[in-house]
Amino acid sequence: MIEFRSVSKRFPDGTIAVEDFSLELPSRRTTVLVGSSGSGKTTLLRMINRMVDPTSGTIEIDGEDIARVAPVPLRRRIGYVLQNSGLLPHRKVVDNITTVPLLEGVSKRDARARALELLDTVGLDRGLADRYPSQLSGGQQQRVGVARALAVDPNIMLMDEPFGAVDPIVRADLQQELIRIQRQVAKTIVFVTHDIDEAFLLGDQVVILEQRARIAQVGSPAEILANPASDFVADFIGADRGRRALRAVHTDGRTVLIDRDGRAAGVLLEGEPGE
Amino acid sequence: MNLFLDAIAWLFSPERLEGANALPVRIGEHLYYTFVSLLVSAVIAIPLGYYIGHTRKGREVAVALSGAARALPSLGLLTVMALLLGPARADVAAIIVFVVLGVPSVLAGAYAGVQSVDPKTVDAARAMGMTEWQILMKVEIPIGLPLLIGGLRSAALQIVATATLAAYVGLGGLGIYIFTAIPLRQYDVMLGAALVIVALALLLDALFAVLERLATPRGVLAAKHRNISARPNRARETVEPSRA
Repeated sequence: MIEFRSVSKRFPDGTIAVEDFSLELPSRRTTVLVGSSGSGKTTLLRMINRMVDPTSGTIEIDGEDIARVAPVPLRRRIGYVLQNSGLLPHRKVVDNITTVPLLEGVSKRDARARALELLDTVGLDRGLADRYPSQLSGGQQQRVGVARALAVDPNIMLMDEPFGAVDPIVRADLQQELIRIQRQVAKTIVFVTHDIDEAFLLGDQVVILEQRARIAQVGSPAEILANPASDFVADFIGADRGRRALRAVHTDGRTVLIDRDGRAAGVLLEGEPGE
Repeated sequence: MNLFLDAIAWLFSPERLEGANALPVRIGEHLYYTFVSLLVSAVIAIPLGYYIGHTRKGREVAVALSGAARALPSLGLLTVMALLLGPARADVAAIIVFVVLGVPSVLAGAYAGVQSVDPKTVDAARAMGMTEWQILMKVEIPIGLPLLIGGLRSAALQIVATATLAAYVGLGGLGIYIFTAIPLRQYDVMLGAALVIVALALLLDALFAVLERLATPRGVLAAKHRNISARPNRARETVEPSRA
């Protein structure tokens, strides 16, 4: 579990990115921080691996104050995936994935074997292992980025708009892959995005942020949709628009859902999902 | 043209291989001053350049000092140095002058190389848990190596040309032919020696060009010469005009 306690961050230029932020992020679940630019969401994320240190307040991982952990060992046990993958351009795919395990003293053979398994996990052909990042597509690079973050088998994965720079089709594909991978590995994922659809798709817990990381609402996607806490949230999630506001119409003994323009969006089923 | 032929004739005269003033000996001395000076420049400028590049501190000071060093007239500096150190240590004086000439280029190459690395790449390396030293050694230096070698290349060219001045303070090198020929108005000798210096400069330049190419990481080369047609391109298929 990751816990923020009254965390604030004021940058040296006087900008206040985060003001008195408190939140619990449950283990083995995906928490999505969503907000427009300037909401401090990336700053929050980067505080977890001490890329940014808070001005005041504490952050605990499983009860341990991370201010007392040296940044380098802390970062090595936290996976980090960022936009544009951040792969090392002069190293092959496999060497990118094995970078941190090798720094941690894993033998070259074991690290390589594990890297090849991770290529399977993220749905990449093992034949790509000896390519350079520049020889891969944007979507493939992101998958390598995820594999690299998983290489040290971290409990926590930080993802900073990882799918922001790929086209919508590839993005949808990567989102589904992440859901599949998460089902398999069950990490504590902290995911930052400005895309509310992505947040609702991936998040077990969604945190909607206003400026200076003030929490507008925290909850499961269903809770937020059912009960937007404010006009800001309702507007941000588009509660009255498109696929979000559906009306039930009874036709031939079944319940059809239609949107505001009267177009059919789907059929209402009873029972639990997955049945 | 006649002078040119005379110079060639002087160069390839059998006498050039004889005695204490033989051409190979002078070439050897010339290269010796060049390499020692280049080495000292590198030892001073590379760590400093990497420090500036990695920490992004002190760049303005370095640029100002480099500019000043480049503006110093080498001949004047050499005279002052030789007078200060005395004739017994003329070689030290000469090497100091050549180092002053070489440092700015090497320094610029070293920090430009480190700064050429995409800040996002460095940020990612740090976020993965690399120490600052590891970031420098495993990311910034390998990616920036071609630019460093480019800096060494231009330093080598300036030094090899200016090493001619060594003879001015009673040392050897190819300048000795020129400085002894000037009062005697032996233009063929002056031109012949100048041609050898030009040839050395071209050779060094070619050598460093090869090194620069070898030092470019393969992944970075691949990015430059990416084969676009090998990648799937849906758009192109749909706009293919039909041959009606």
